Amino acid sequence: MTPANIAGMASLKGLTLLALTDHNSCRNCPAFFEACNAFGIVPVPGMELTTAEDIHLVVLFPTLEQAMAFDAQIHPRIIPVKNRPEIFGNQWVVDGDDNLLETEETLLINATDLDVDSAIELVERYGGAVYPAHIDRPSNGMIAILGSVPKDYRFRSVEFNDFEQRDRILAEQGLDCITLCSSDAHDLGRINEAEHFLDLEDEPYSSALVRRRLIELLKR
Amino acid sequence: MTVKELRERLDLQILSESDPDRAVTGGYAGDLLSWVMGRAQSGDAWVTIMTNRNIIAVASLADTACIIVAEDSAVEPDVIALASEKEINLYRSPLNIFDLCCRVGSLFDL
Repeated sequence: MTPANIAGMASLKGLTLLALTDHNSCRNCPAFFEACNAFGIVPVPGMELTTAEDIHLVVLFPTLEQAMAFDAQIHPRIIPVKNRPEIFGNQWVVDGDDNLLETEETLLINATDLDVDSAIELVERYGGAVYPAHIDRPSNGMIAILGSVPKDYRFRSVEFNDFEQRDRILAEQGLDCITLCSSDAHDLGRINEAEHFLDLEDEPYSSALVRRRLIELLKR
Repeated sequence: MTVKELRERLDLQILSESDPDRAVTGGYAGDLLSWVMGRAQSGDAWVTIMTNRNIIAVASLADTACIIVAEDSAVEPDVIALASEKEINLYRSPLNIFDLCCRVGSLFDL
């Protein structure tokens, strides 16, 4: 998966807005912006952040600059283990034409040393939106790890892997949140069709406005 | 054996101790709270590296005798305050989970 072929596949699927959320990294977001712009897709820069509790949080930013500044804060907080490409795959940073710029040496799938509270605070200091990822999944979902989505976190949004158990989980947890169903695609074939929608006011239309409205909608 | 005796014999650091005379009847180890809440037994000494504030809720729910945080995992002050408020015995040790469980087991002649 590269930024250019992700954008190309998303275009074929008819997606109009697309977020790149690599594990603990935003470093391919500059290339992702270029690739999405070429296909007329609104790019949203972000990260799937792993907290100290091994919980995955989706983090999205209104601008590339905020995302990259956040990335610089996160990178030194990743538990320092070197990637082994034969096990975990290559961690490439590329440009908008998929040319290799650098290879990320730190294993990105690892946890950071930020607990959920600290992670939320840091995301919001950089102007982003944060919500728990795939809360319906047994691995790295907040409910699996903490037993609940604690009310204290005041999340406005939650993400599901699919909506099969959404109503039951929302009722059990007493959650009144915006629910997102994201493909969480780790290969091109798993990028969802355009079947989930959010209503965003987009006049006068610009990609930056759509991103800003999206973050406003999803943030706490 | 009481929680206080267990604490003394394992040389545990006290983070909160509201009920030192509570009887310890066994042990449990685990970090996934959704897993622990359905399996830890009333009276267990629960050993974990998880320190999110939800550990206090899980200890309440499962009625464990105490929580022992392993490997000196960092515990935020609000979690300690919550333990005191909910009268949950909360201790900490530099030992890892395996070593702690071996020690707990030896106290019960396991």
